[in-house]
Amino acid sequence: MSDAAVPAALAEIIDDFNAVTERERLELLLEFSDELPALPERFSDHPELLEQVVECQSPLFLTLEVADTAAHEVSLYFSAPPEAPTSRGFAGVLQEGLDGLPAAEILAVPDDMPDRLGLTRAITPLRMRGMTSMLARIKRKITESLAG
Amino acid sequence: MSIAPDTTAKFTAYAHPERLVSTDWLAAHLGDEGIAVVESNEDILLYSTGHIPGAVNIDWHTDLNDEVTRDYIDGEAFARLMSAKGISRDTTIIVYGDKSNWWAAYALWVFTLFGHEDVRLLDGGRDKWLAEKRETTREVPSPEPADYPVVPRNDDAIRAFREDVTAHFGKPLIDVRSPEEYSGERTHMPAYPQEGTLRGGHIPTAASVPWGKAANADGTFRDRAELEALYLDEAGLQPGDDVIAYCRIGERSSHTWFVLKHLLGFESVRNYDGSWTEWGNAVRAPISIGSERGEAPAPARD
Repeated sequence: MSDAAVPAALAEIIDDFNAVTERERLELLLEFSDELPALPERFSDHPELLEQVVECQSPLFLTLEVADTAAHEVSLYFSAPPEAPTSRGFAGVLQEGLDGLPAAEILAVPDDMPDRLGLTRAITPLRMRGMTSMLARIKRKITESLAG
Repeated sequence: MSIAPDTTAKFTAYAHPERLVSTDWLAAHLGDEGIAVVESNEDILLYSTGHIPGAVNIDWHTDLNDEVTRDYIDGEAFARLMSAKGISRDTTIIVYGDKSNWWAAYALWVFTLFGHEDVRLLDGGRDKWLAEKRETTREVPSPEPADYPVVPRNDDAIRAFREDVTAHFGKPLIDVRSPEEYSGERTHMPAYPQEGTLRGGHIPTAASVPWGKAANADGTFRDRAELEALYLDEAGLQPGDDVIAYCRIGERSSHTWFVLKHLLGFESVRNYDGSWTEWGNAVRAPISIGSERGEAPAPARD
């Protein structure tokens, strides 16, 4: 599936998910969960700087920094406890797929991108909405940051 | 083969102490013949991060639900599932899971629809086992396929449908969701995606007893006296009442169903699994908003 609005790194992740069986997709999601980077100290020491995505079934917090450059590259930071592997896995996908990209590219990512990972049968609709909400929150924070 | 119940003091006060086991009991009986340990969580990946040695995973969403119609699987699919997990009709199943066993209770309730006789919850569930630093593994067992008979699912005793709720007004309804969901405050917040129902509020006359109140901070069930204070004194249930409990899709209300039926001994308790995702979207379904219980709707005019 090709879509010009999906950045290369994220497109590759989507392809990886779709290339394997459903069971393997869940294992892959677990890998993303295991590999989600820890917060840098300036955030782990200041949890109040993170925003909770309440649509997620588990406590998932995120924040981002938008560079003061022409391209406005975005750095993404997520936090979710180890007992929330599905939320962490989703966060990991977004992290690896979008971290460091120009704001405009992230804003152009299709809103239904989470549905393209081939997980909609295995993951409950409410949790899929959680990942969609993560992406929506990222976009909203970027938009607010660019406006302010 | 019958496995003796756990005689922990707290359990003996409950109406059906044979429905619970403690972590000590399970640790002592792990690997015993005739026992199967099943982990059932809300998060489909959680089991893979580590589980009780020998436990198999049953995922409510993918294993117990029909793929096309909003309903549970039938007797044939259930028999196939049990067989694949190495469970026979007379196996003692110990179910456990995350968050005070909310999803484990849901799985246990579905097993009860098929009349599997001996199903018990691990008091405190997954979190208590982990908190006590007991052994876990990522290894997934490969059980020998077992013989399991095809038993037709029987919804009558413990499952309520929308029409049952409509016929139930005048008898106790328990809404086990958060106060904000009960009052209708929370359907969606501005600029956030919809929760999934077109209307907020609760079924008229339902009492608000958030499900988590039945559990201690460590995920175990509160003791009998505390549960009676909650459901009898506060919510006004009387012994012998015919009760229907609900939440969003019946997940949290399964936990409450377990409490009312097995711990407090209510004979007639049903879980309305359509719950708010059905009622809050249903045309002309009567709704009460705010913190008051509300009035039963007048009987429909013909």
